[in-house]
This record gives sequence, C-alpha cells and structure tokens, in this order.
Amino acid sequence: MTTRTRRRVVERTMFALTGAATAVTLGILFFLLGYVAWQGAAAVSLDFFTHLPAPVGERGGGMANALVGSAKLLALAAAMGIPIGFLGGVYLAEYGGRLAGLVRYAADVLNGVPSIVVGITVYALVVVPMGHFSTLAGGIALGLMTIPVTLRTTEEFLRLVPAALRDGALALGAPRWVTIVRVVIPAGARGIAAGILLALARVAGETAPLLFTAFSNRYWSPGVRQPTASLPVMIFTYAIAPYDDWHRQAWAAALVLLAVVLGANLLARAALGRGRPA
Amino acid sequence: MEEVGTVAPPVGGPGRTVIARRPTPPQPPATRPLAPPLLRVGERRRWRLGDPAFRALAAGFALSVVGIALLIAVVLFRRSAAARQAFGWSFLWTSTWDPVFLRFGALPFVYGTVVTSALALALAVPFGLGTAVCLAELLPRSVADPLAFLIELLVAVPSVVYGLVGIFVLVPVMRTLTAPVAATLGWIPLFAGPTYGVGLATAGVVLAVMIVPFIVAVSREVLLAVPQAQRDAALALGATRWETLRHVVLPYARSGIAGSVVLALARALGETMAVTMVIGNRPEISASLFAPAHTMAAVLANEFTEATGDLYLAALIEIGLVLFGIACAVNALARLLIPPEAARP
Amino acid sequence: MHRTRRLSWAIAGVLAAGAAAAHAAILVNGAGATFPYPLYSKWFDEFHKRNPEAQINYQSIGSGGGIRQILEGTVDFGASDGPMTDEQLAQAKVPLLHLPTVLGAVVPIYNVAGAGTLHFTPEALAGIYLGTVTRWNDPAIAAANPGTPLPDAAIVPVHRSDGSGTTYIFVDYLAKVSPEWAKRVGRGTSVNWPVGLGGKGNEGVAGLVRQTPYAIGYVELIYALQTKQPYGDVRNRAGRFVGATLASVTAAADAAAAHMPADFRVSITDPPGADAYPIASFTWLLIPTRIPDENKGRILKQFLDWMLSDGQSFAAGLGYAPLPPSVIAREREALARIAVGS
Repeated sequence: MTTRTRRRVVERTMFALTGAATAVTLGILFFLLGYVAWQGAAAVSLDFFTHLPAPVGERGGGMANALVGSAKLLALAAAMGIPIGFLGGVYLAEYGGRLAGLVRYAADVLNGVPSIVVGITVYALVVVPMGHFSTLAGGIALGLMTIPVTLRTTEEFLRLVPAALRDGALALGAPRWVTIVRVVIPAGARGIAAGILLALARVAGETAPLLFTAFSNRYWSPGVRQPTASLPVMIFTYAIAPYDDWHRQAWAAALVLLAVVLGANLLARAALGRGRPA
Repeated sequence: MEEVGTVAPPVGGPGRTVIARRPTPPQPPATRPLAPPLLRVGERRRWRLGDPAFRALAAGFALSVVGIALLIAVVLFRRSAAARQAFGWSFLWTSTWDPVFLRFGALPFVYGTVVTSALALALAVPFGLGTAVCLAELLPRSVADPLAFLIELLVAVPSVVYGLVGIFVLVPVMRTLTAPVAATLGWIPLFAGPTYGVGLATAGVVLAVMIVPFIVAVSREVLLAVPQAQRDAALALGATRWETLRHVVLPYARSGIAGSVVLALARALGETMAVTMVIGNRPEISASLFAPAHTMAAVLANEFTEATGDLYLAALIEIGLVLFGIACAVNALARLLIPPEAARP
Repeated sequence: MHRTRRLSWAIAGVLAAGAAAAHAAILVNGAGATFPYPLYSKWFDEFHKRNPEAQINYQSIGSGGGIRQILEGTVDFGASDGPMTDEQLAQAKVPLLHLPTVLGAVVPIYNVAGAGTLHFTPEALAGIYLGTVTRWNDPAIAAANPGTPLPDAAIVPVHRSDGSGTTYIFVDYLAKVSPEWAKRVGRGTSVNWPVGLGGKGNEGVAGLVRQTPYAIGYVELIYALQTKQPYGDVRNRAGRFVGATLASVTAAADAAAAHMPADFRVSITDPPGADAYPIASFTWLLIPTRIPDENKGRILKQFLDWMLSDGQSFAAGLGYAPLPPSVIAREREALARIAVGS
C-alpha cells in the first residue's frame, strides 16, 4: 500500500470511528429521553396532578403537593439567588478590579461544591437553629446553587453590551449608576433573563440538598416554615421502593420534571437566539 | 446628523473662521430613545451620592458570594472537629466504617469516588471527544447544529432521572452482560464475580452517560474556535483532514478540551443521586469492577439524617469536607486550563 | 367608589378564608422507622379522616434518623424499632418517652426460584451475613430443607444502608444466637456488615431483593406481603421452625409483657416459648414529655389515645400484632406524663 493510500485509509477509519462514537452517544441519549417519555406518558394521569399521595402500599394517589412544593422551592431559590447573583454580576462587569478575581473564584468554588454538601451546610445553619425542616431551608439551599450561574451570566451579558451605549449615556451627563441601571442592564436584559431561567432549571432537578432541608411531606405544606414534598425527592423515594404503583408514579414525575427543565432550557435558548448557553 | 463646526483660531495668530461640513457620521445602533431626559438642568448635584452608594451595594453583594463560599468551608471545618481530632490524617487512609465501635475511615468512599469517576472519564472522553470532532469537523453545519443543540439540552437532565433509568434499565442489562464476563474473565481480579448488576461498573457507566453531553458541548465550542487559518495551512501543505485534526486542530484546542474534561470530572465527583441508586452502597474496597461500593456523596445521602452520636456525625461531615476540598482543587485546575470565555458554569 | 369597596371586601374575604384554612390544619412532623411505616401511614390517614384538622406528616427515613431528628428537635416525634441507648437518651433536650405502638416481625426474604418456603436455622442466618455461608446449597441451609432443590449459586445478602431499627432487631437476634456475630459485629442501628449490598429503608431492601436473583434480605413482614415475596421460617429457641404470624408474634411478646420495664424498652428476640417467632419486636414512638406547642401536643395526645384503642384494630390487617392488653394499660398511665403547653 502506498503511503498515500495508507493515509487515506487511516483518515477514513478514524472518521468512521468518530461517526460511530457519535451514533452511540446520540443513540444512548435519545433512548434515555424516549424511555422516560414512554414510561412517563403511560403513567401520567389527571390524578397525578390533583391528588395527594395515598397511604403506603395502596394504589392511586398523586403528587399534587410535590408539584406545588417544587414551585415554591424554586420561587424561594429565585428570591434568594437572583439578587445576589445579579448584583454581583453587575459589579464584576461594570467595576471589576482586584476584588473581581476573588469573587469569580468564589463563584466557581460555589458552583463546584457538590449539592449534597450545600445541603449539609444549610442543615447546620438553618434547619437546626430553626428547629425543624422547612421549605425555607430548601429554598435557601437551592438559592445558593443558583448564585454562580446567575453571576456568570449577568457578567457575560453585561460585558456584551457595546461600550458606545455606556459612553453615550455618560456623555449626556448621567452618573455611572444611572448609566448602569437605565441603559446597560436593559440592554443585556434578555440574555440575563435567559441565564436566570437556565439557573433555575438546573436547580429544579436537584434532589440531594432537599433531603436534609425541605425533607418531605405527604400533605400540603402551607407557608414556608413546614417541610414540603418536591418532585425530585419523590422520584427518588418512589424509585427505590418495591411497590409497582410507586414506580409508575416515579416515571410520571420524571417525565413532568424533564418536560419542565427541558422546556425552560428551550425557552432560554430561544430568547438568546443563536447564542451559546450561559 | 449634520454638524457645523468651528475650528478654534490658532493660538497667537489672527484666526480665520472655517466652517466645515463634516460628513454624516454613521448612525449608532438603534436603541430605545432615552426619554424622558436623564437629567434636568441642575440635577447632577443631587446624585453625587448615587455612584458610591450603588457601587457599594453591588460590591456588597459580590462580596457576599465570597462570604458564602467561606461560610461553607468554615461550617464543614468546625463541625467535623470531633472526627478530625479523633482520627487525624489517618481518616483518609483507614478503610473501616464501623458505627457500632466508632471506627471511621474515609478510604472506601474515596476509593469508590475515584474509581467511578475514572471509569466515567475513561468511557466518556473517547465518546464525547469523538462526537465533538464529528459535529465540529465532519458533519455539515445544517446537520451538526441541531444535533449539538439537542446534546446541549441533555446537559440539563436532572441526576435523579438518570438514576431512575439506571435502576430500571441499566442494572438488569449490566447484570446480564457482566455475568458471562465474570464467568470467563473472572480470574482477572478486575472482573471477578459475583455480579449483582449494581456496583462500580454500573455507577461508572451512569456517570459516563451523564458527563458525555457536557464534554461534547464544550469540546465542540473549543474546536469551532480554532482559527480556520490553521486548518487551511495544514491542508495546503497536503495533510489529510484527519492529519490536520490530529496534528494541528487538537493540539491547538488541547487545553480547552482538557479543561472540559476536568469540569466533567468535577461534576462526576459530586454526583450523588444517580450513583447511590446503582452502586450498591457498600463501604468496602474491592478490586473487582463488578463489586458494590460507596462514594463520598452517596454515603452522605444515605447516612446523614440519622447519624446518631457526635463522632458519627462529625465523621460524615469530615467526608463532606474532603469532598469540598477535592471539588475546590479540581475547579482550580479547570480554571487554569480553560480560558475564561469558554468556561461553562 | 362602590366597586372599590366591594373589591376590598372581596379581598378581605379571601384573606380571611385563607387564614381560616391555614389555622384549620395543624401539621405535626414525625420521622423514623420504616418497619411500621405501612401501618403508621394508614393510622395517620385514618386519624386525619376522623380529625380533619390533624395532619401528621411522617417520613420513613429509618430508626436511626428518627432518633437523631428527635434528639436535635427538628421533628415533633420520632419512631424507632431499636430502643434508644442510655447515652442517646441523655442527649435529649427534653426527656423522651418510648411508647410501644405495635408488634412486628422481621422476616428473611429471598429471591430463589422454585424454593417455596425455606427453613432457616440461626446458624444459617448468622453464617450468611457473616460471609461464612456463601452458596444456597450449603449444608447449613440444605440440612434444614430436605427435599427442596437448592441451586448451587452464590448468595447475595442484602442489608440496610441507612440507620435502621429493623437492622437493630435483626442483629440483636444474631448477636444472641451467634457468639461470633456478637464479637465481630455487635449491635446497633448501623453496623459494619461483613458482606452484602446496602438498600435504603425497608423499601430499598425489598426492592433490591426483588430485582436481584439469589438475594436474601431482612424486612418487616408487611413489606414481604405487599411485594408478594416469599419469606422463610426461622427456628426458635424451643427448636421449632416458626413462621411470622399474628399468633407467633404475640406469643413472642408474652414473656416480656409480664415483666415490662417502666420505660418500655425491652427486647423480645430469641424468646422462650414453643410457638414464639424468634425475630419479633415492639416498635416505639419517641415522644417528648414536654410539648410547648398546645395544638401539636393536643393532637399528639389525641392520636396516641386513639392509637391505643381503635388504632390497634388496623394492625392485624397489615400483618402486625396488636399490643398485649397489659402493655396498653400501662401505656395509658404513661400518657399522662406528657405535659402540653408552656
């Protein structure tokens, strides 16, 4: 075989291998989605959305309280994580300085902390002093986890705002803070909103930190000072149990969770246009 | 906008007024008009406090992020005091985990974490990188872009969903697949039986599936960022596309890809739910990949809410501290490798 | 003007209704044993039907969890099938009462096709979990099961990965019947298991055994019944192979009921008695003797009172044995010691 042929054969082989890798990867990932969709669709019913869990071992019941609980937890997480992440990102983008490097590193650390460790910390800091598990503690744990993504996204999209806009406002005599608040931030608002949506979608699926903070609840959880059921925790509890009915409900819950998370991601991407994810 | 300008008279000499008509400058990008006017005459004085106040506010929030990270470290450190004093550094290489006789060592969990993560990387990197290469270099953009978009969506799938599919699909499959392997290759300690379906190998596979989309997404971005000029130069010299890839593009993108791998590793290390559902939850070190094991994150999920006794709880928190330390180190490594622009949160 | 006033009344009405609804439900939180969870779940549901304002939210996180959470005060009551040790009781902020609720049995479940009901000797069970008996056709098992075809397959022992009263009952029994177990492993809600896979909760163990061929696990009887898994007989101290039934579990408590200690902490594993089931136990609710919240305290006391009378009738339907009458009488006396309000 001539060198030229050998080289061509090598090229074809390697590209065939990468093609195979792609096929396998895509195949597995789409199988995953399809399987959840198939099992979940078979199990989802109106009861699932409207009923409370039934006593152990009895058929029927639903996860209405878990759906509401997850929504409340996300609302709390947003209330806590967005202000800190957003204003922190504003600082990084507009002012910078030595502090900025430290803040970025801290955000990276916070991002890399395993979610279960965040749960332990919030347990020690919130649950024990409060004296009981609560939706609030769960919301705080999830809020802590939204901070890094929100911070990074805000900084990134504020940096993308053209300098001409800032300069124009400053030239007209606006103080710096007015420039930021009324010119720069609105210009970057769409990307920031998309990033926040992505951050919330990410924590919507988190289970581990909720195990020690929001705990779980077989009833409705009024207010924020009581433990609450949540979709991910219910999926986990039902999946490892031996009851077939619980398994079915776990699939339904997984489908709902997946739909919400992927839907939020799609929405965020659409808002960003053909941009990179945050 | 037209402008009529006056040129200032030269210093010290008789001036001549020149009226010049400048060409119309390009229009600035269309923005919403700033109405009402930001300032009225005389307003600027009132807002002298505004700037420092706002800056302080933003700085305060930014600093709170640092404060939170520190707080986590401090809480973990202080609450693990009992265990650190009782066991010292030997905690890291003791392999007993005995809540009855109060002997605790983190080695089985460190072992499980390291092995599952290593296995996950070993599986995910070839597939992930291969897919990224295919999507970035080979397939036409019209095909590659939607596929890449879908894969990026999969980064967002929650861990517990992977665990669910893991329990009901992967575990039976692994049980069927590993039994003949253990039967034939069982003399190699790595493949020794018995096979349960749950174990290190299954957890490694689940983790691999979880981190592949991540590697694909970031690596593809990095590959796309390689300047076309580099590729063209190699092709012009007569290299095949594969040779270009291997000798020019990949080395150029090497640190970015390495960074993506490290970030994927960071995610795998902290993964809790999917792992605890398929690993067998047995704090034991075994040479076989088919043996059940435990990881640091999984033992926390299982035993944290019920560890009675201060030493038991402190030992668990110390495991949390070790996990935190490893996560910090891996993240620092990733930051060195990936340029900040391409980094993913 | 009229529209605004009507609107304000409407809003006030909604708020009032919301406030009323919020006040109507009193949520009491408990956590602990998975052993009695099916029965507790039924009890709390039935009690809620009879008292719509009472919502008792119980999370089955394992006896270890129940003990820890009640010690930390993050729940209003705990539940455990392993009685708390003196050291643990000393850590409680408020003195705790152990109140027995029901009797249950821990049964060995297994996943061996075609084996029917297997007979287990204490030595076999100890050996399986010590790792000395490794195959299903080992003489230790085969000798007790003549005529039953046992496969030459490796046993997969399954135990609890979380802190468990069910574990406590089981290892308490093993420690009594096997000196080697007592020395090597000991008793506790979490132990250093020589072999086996870990499942979370009774549910997790039952699930693992169900899905893993040739596995053996130990669970509360109701979990075997509800998941339709076969469970074995165990040889008792009198030498007879006894299965877990209402009668055999009640017989196990007979000897202990007569000499019940004042704090109700007693072990009834490996009891004397020809018909007694060897791996049975009381299960307890851990109630603080001082409950500052008036509403919660009232609900709890009402529930306990109901549990001791009407509640016991639900036990048999779910495979648990009701408490002996003498124990019930003594518990009612103990109930009076719970002080409600500040």
